[in-house]
Amino acid sequence: MAGRAYIAGAFEHPGRRLPDFSPAQLHADVALGALADAGLTLADVDGLLSTPDAPGLGVITLADYLGLDRLSYTDTTESGGSAYIAHVGHAAMAIEAGLCSVVLITMAGKVSSGVPMPSGYQDAPELSFEIPFGTSIVPEYALAARRHMYEFGTTSEQLAEVKVAASTHAQHNPNAVLRKVVTVEQVLDSPLVADPLHKLDCCINTDGGGALVVVSEDVARSLDRHCVAIRGHATAIKGSYGGRIDLTYTAAAQSGPRAYDMAGVGPADIDYVGLYDSFTITVLEQIEDLGFCEKGKGGLFVESGALRSPDGQLPTNSDGGGLCNNHPAARGGMPKLVEAVRQLRGEATPQVQVRDCRTALVNGIGGSIGTRMGSGTVILSREAV
Amino acid sequence: MTEERALPAPAPVVSPHSAAFWEASAQERFLVGHCPGCDQWFWPPNRTFCPRCGKAASLRDASGTGTIYSYTTVRVNGSIALGGGPYKDAVPFVLAYVELAEGPTVMTNIVGADPDVVAVGLPVRVEFSRTGGPEDPALPRFRLV
Repeated sequence: MAGRAYIAGAFEHPGRRLPDFSPAQLHADVALGALADAGLTLADVDGLLSTPDAPGLGVITLADYLGLDRLSYTDTTESGGSAYIAHVGHAAMAIEAGLCSVVLITMAGKVSSGVPMPSGYQDAPELSFEIPFGTSIVPEYALAARRHMYEFGTTSEQLAEVKVAASTHAQHNPNAVLRKVVTVEQVLDSPLVADPLHKLDCCINTDGGGALVVVSEDVARSLDRHCVAIRGHATAIKGSYGGRIDLTYTAAAQSGPRAYDMAGVGPADIDYVGLYDSFTITVLEQIEDLGFCEKGKGGLFVESGALRSPDGQLPTNSDGGGLCNNHPAARGGMPKLVEAVRQLRGEATPQVQVRDCRTALVNGIGGSIGTRMGSGTVILSREAV
Repeated sequence: MTEERALPAPAPVVSPHSAAFWEASAQERFLVGHCPGCDQWFWPPNRTFCPRCGKAASLRDASGTGTIYSYTTVRVNGSIALGGGPYKDAVPFVLAYVELAEGPTVMTNIVGADPDVVAVGLPVRVEFSRTGGPEDPALPRFRLV
């Protein structure tokens, strides 16, 4: 890959309930935070990416609000909570193509805004074959969990361990919403929402956001800040394929291998992972799809304590993830990226910092693993410029 | 078992691409997309082309039989997106995917069964729940056989 791109700045809003902030303010706060982290300013920005749920006209309104007057590249790729992971890849491609050199990726939103549906969603051709049956997001993930259990013998206890691991990490994160360590029994004793998923199998919803600054190699060289290299990236979409439903895998089964190929690494090289944890089953399927264990063995894998940071086999979501830390505007991709950058810089909370963390993978799933989804995978490394 | 509790039957939004299916549903005919080109069935039946080969496709009467691919008993209706409204007071109810004898898997409800006896792999047969909307389209739901 010629002229590699780097993440130079990363910032996560510390707030989780922000009634006194507008979405536009939150976008600005996280943008300024990420730029300050990189040692750059708004005047340096020539690329801007965000999702269409950004206030007003999306990046047009954001560019105007932030006073960005020299943008040469913008993108509003939408794939739900995984979009910001796709944006990292798109920023890298734009930089490698010479279109821009300092790219800002912002994410911000509030619970009170609800889950923003893309414009035109009401015209989705599948809706009348799904909505009248009372479907919604939790039941659709429950359908996947049930099928995974049926085919592979996965248990509720194994799914619960995903939450337990997240809670052991969140206890060390002063900004996390849920800092209390929970046990497998407590997860199983929490009310069933749509069986087999319990309340504690589900992520939280918060206000907040985060931002990244992606820069060219030349810019990275000029900065004092530790920049992490973008080594590989890929996106994929998995649909229902005319009714050929298979709920045992996610679109990460396609985006993962492509990202590994680009980076020239494999699952055994990954020291830390950020996985989309909308639900415990989401994590389990991604672990399998990304090759960290055989398909169907995810339950056994997590049961061993593999996800615990720093000493597990596959330290995962060391900030507590969407299950315990935050899930701003139901779009959890950005915090996963920010924590991966912290890990690679050696700046995670000491209790969860992975020793000698060289290579990290972040994967996001947007949409629904029960129907149709987009996946984004990025592979980052700590190597110096 | 106590008297069967009727599930809500909200009327679907009928669009030009799905009108043929819903018109037939009012006659309790269960149509599934079929491609004469590749001789395969597809779901949902909301297009006039085959999603596999792109050739012109049509709707054909299907057997209405299948097996449960997966299911969940929805116990808390916390729908934050669409469609939760009519089901607000309907919990618990069973949302399922049924794999049709013809091949495609369809999202539906399992009706008339205690959630505790519903299981993956059980055979089911279609029945129709009238919605009472304009043209009275009916929802294809499934019952254990």
